[in-house]
Amino acid sequence: MTTNTLVPSNLRDRVQALATGAGIRHWDLGAACSDDCSVQVDRGEAKQMKAAQRSSITVRVWNSDGLVGITSTTDLTDAGLSRALEGAQQASAFGNPDDVPQFSPLATVPLPHLDRPLKPRQGILPLLQNLKTAEAELLSRHPAIQTVPYNGLAESLSTNLYLNSDGALRTMERTQASLYLYARAEESGRKPRSSGAIRMALGSGELDIQGCIDEAVERTVGHLAYQPIETGTYRVCFTPEAFLSLIGAFSSMFSARAVLDGVSLSTRESLGQSLAVPFLSLEDDGLHTDHISASPFDGEGTPTQKLALIESGCLRNFLHSEATARAFGVQPTGHAGLGAKVSVGPDWFVVGTTPGESSGLDLDHTRETDTFVLIEDLSALHAGVKATQGSFSLPFDGWLVKGGEKISVEAATVAGDVRSLLASILHLEATQEVTHRGVSPHVWVEGLSITGEA
Amino acid sequence: MTESFSQAWSSTLQALLQRGSGAGADLVEVFLENTDHLGLLAEQERITSVNPTFSRGAGIRVFLNGRDGFVSTNDLSTDGLTRALDQALAMLNLEANGLAVNTSFEGLGALKDYGLEKSSWLQRCPSMRDASSRLLEGTSQLERLGQHLQVRRGSYSRDWQEVLVAASDGTFARDIRLHQSTGLSVLAADGEHRSSVGRRYGSTDRPDDLFTWNAESSAAEVCESAGTMLRADYVEAGQMPVVLANRFGGVIFHEACGHLLETTQIERSTTPFAERVGELIAHPSVTAIDEGLSSGAFGSLSMDDEGMEPQRTVLIKDGILQRFISDRAGELRTGHQRTGSGRRQSHAFAAASRMRNTYIDAGQHKPEDLIASVERGLYCKSMGGGSVGPTGQFNFSVEEGYLIENGNLTSPVKGATLIGDAKEVMPRISMCADDLDLAAGYCGSVSGNIFVTVGQPHIKVDSITVGGR
Repeated sequence: MTTNTLVPSNLRDRVQALATGAGIRHWDLGAACSDDCSVQVDRGEAKQMKAAQRSSITVRVWNSDGLVGITSTTDLTDAGLSRALEGAQQASAFGNPDDVPQFSPLATVPLPHLDRPLKPRQGILPLLQNLKTAEAELLSRHPAIQTVPYNGLAESLSTNLYLNSDGALRTMERTQASLYLYARAEESGRKPRSSGAIRMALGSGELDIQGCIDEAVERTVGHLAYQPIETGTYRVCFTPEAFLSLIGAFSSMFSARAVLDGVSLSTRESLGQSLAVPFLSLEDDGLHTDHISASPFDGEGTPTQKLALIESGCLRNFLHSEATARAFGVQPTGHAGLGAKVSVGPDWFVVGTTPGESSGLDLDHTRETDTFVLIEDLSALHAGVKATQGSFSLPFDGWLVKGGEKISVEAATVAGDVRSLLASILHLEATQEVTHRGVSPHVWVEGLSITGEA
Repeated sequence: MTESFSQAWSSTLQALLQRGSGAGADLVEVFLENTDHLGLLAEQERITSVNPTFSRGAGIRVFLNGRDGFVSTNDLSTDGLTRALDQALAMLNLEANGLAVNTSFEGLGALKDYGLEKSSWLQRCPSMRDASSRLLEGTSQLERLGQHLQVRRGSYSRDWQEVLVAASDGTFARDIRLHQSTGLSVLAADGEHRSSVGRRYGSTDRPDDLFTWNAESSAAEVCESAGTMLRADYVEAGQMPVVLANRFGGVIFHEACGHLLETTQIERSTTPFAERVGELIAHPSVTAIDEGLSSGAFGSLSMDDEGMEPQRTVLIKDGILQRFISDRAGELRTGHQRTGSGRRQSHAFAAASRMRNTYIDAGQHKPEDLIASVERGLYCKSMGGGSVGPTGQFNFSVEEGYLIENGNLTSPVKGATLIGDAKEVMPRISMCADDLDLAAGYCGSVSGNIFVTVGQPHIKVDSITVGGR
């Protein structure tokens, strides 16, 4: 039998029969199936059009000694499932007796309501036409913009499910679309500059294409008149997107798995301790209405929830899987993957001011006249962040703002320590902005090292 | 064991290629793939994760007038492949009616089988038990040789891949690839001082590699570096001369220049070197090569993912740009001849021009000559990851660095990031030493994450921006 379509009850019955035949009583699995298409264009012509039908399954089994093994496969035929069960059984002989995951105690409780209606897909040729039109408009906006080397318009339909041998059965279906436009601009005798914008929506018909074009133009053209910046220590304002990317790179501070593994900046004793300025709050809200990729359950079937991570500057909670929650004596939080050693990660950060608290300042990046550096986008986080040490040294796109005038910064890095940064936040602006990474206001920080060519 | 690919696929693939050609495609290409991956993680004295993964799928690409449509699927049934092909054709406004005859496609001949000699490789690889045992030996050596170690980890990854490529230009080839890598990493902590250091060792086409891995010397290297960096100060930032060590120091050429010599960059107009073949683009001391031939190297191939045998491609000779790295689409769209560099992570990606084993060639100097020539600068002994943007600006992090003062290595420093622009930095590589060595790495780009080799001798860059505190 060959199928790319996930019918949960059918899959459960097939796996149950195969598992029983293999002498496996205790098992669970996560499965995903998707149908995607995307287009790229190059100066009015289709560059590449892509489509994919993907299916995958990850199955865990518990052996007679109670140890867990896992296998993943893209082959959902009966032969493929049998092979996966056999591989998982074999791997279970090497299961870690000190850390045995179990079914989540919340895998069968009711799920939160998530209003994510399925949107119609347009198909690849309408996507192509829309992207050609968007590219043409972007190219027409400024003579220095000659190409949009990185662009893409995509839509997908996907199904995810979790089920286990105790009868848990979670399933969700969703549509999703994305658009990115990264333009390259160059003026005679000057270095080329590149920047762009991203938009996401439940369906390709709902994408804010005009907003994406406007932002890509603004961010690219604005950087043409760049200047080098002198190396020194600066007051810095992070845009919401930049701040969220930095916090995301240090998210192991909030991961109970990382704490137990000894690779987090936090320890068990960190809960309740001060981690940031008192007016900072940070939530992880996987159910947020603006979170396009929201799912009502995690890889272990635990319901997704809103969780306070920092309140009044203090660390309040860690992100948990079933196993880490058991180790901490709390409930799983809905942030787990599925594995023999279960990974834990954030869903959707929401940064804001703690109710009743205030920085006492009135900084506004659009009005401030004292000199500061506005960091718009951070690069190379995979290389420049040392999450286990707390340090970062990252190239960035941004502005030196002097007397209200914005001067684009050329070839510079910003460096610091995330713990010092959180303790040195001067101010959170009032407006929380939605980005594709989460929600945050502009965040002001005192005294960060900037290295430039000047 | 999943059914392997063989000549028996000829009729199915021939029918697909005829269907696509008959619909009017300039070229139809089918890429079939089986993979068998095993990943293991050891932490302290325990194996904490064993992760076998199997995958099977196809990628079908259709070209018409320089454009292409690409569809991937996990369904390798005849119906599934035909659906995927028809979808790719429809992207280019082509329709298969099953009746048209294309005279340019003359059918597939005998399979060129590069995998024939490799059929036993998977069985000869370490079992889960063997691999577990070797990793635990590694973490045990870390415990023996290290100090202040809060975390000791060992990891092993085995990627076995079988591919079959058929195209309407007559290409019909099969290969088996085997990549293995073993890594050790530690987190050392003493009060507020912390250092995290990792090293990875990789090979291609050597089933027995893990059995010959020297756990003790690997652990000693990691522990020494972690101990040195534990109390290192942060680097003083600014513009300065830099000496980069051999082996993984080659990431500077990979990021600063290698990506800009892929034809995908010409297609996107994102390389400053597009029209500069025959011109001096680097210091005359620089000769740079990309090849897929070095025995056991991570980027070596018997054939690329378009069925072409790899070449030794001299990119830069004495500072003068010689040629670009090209794949099928690159040749079609830019005119640069294919170099056996069409590579992809898996069937889910269309092949693109990608680096293989890429290195700056050895020069005449001794490494100590380079250091002695610097009055005040930075010595980068070990590099982390990096990236390059659409304007050619690159960056990478320094894992282990030392100050150079009056021609001598002095204090260890941490937290450095090097940034620069390819056009400006390549002419500043003024000295190359005679100690060329290669290192295994991974490269992420348009066609996914692939195995590559970076390399160089010790080199000196006269001036570069060093970011830090």
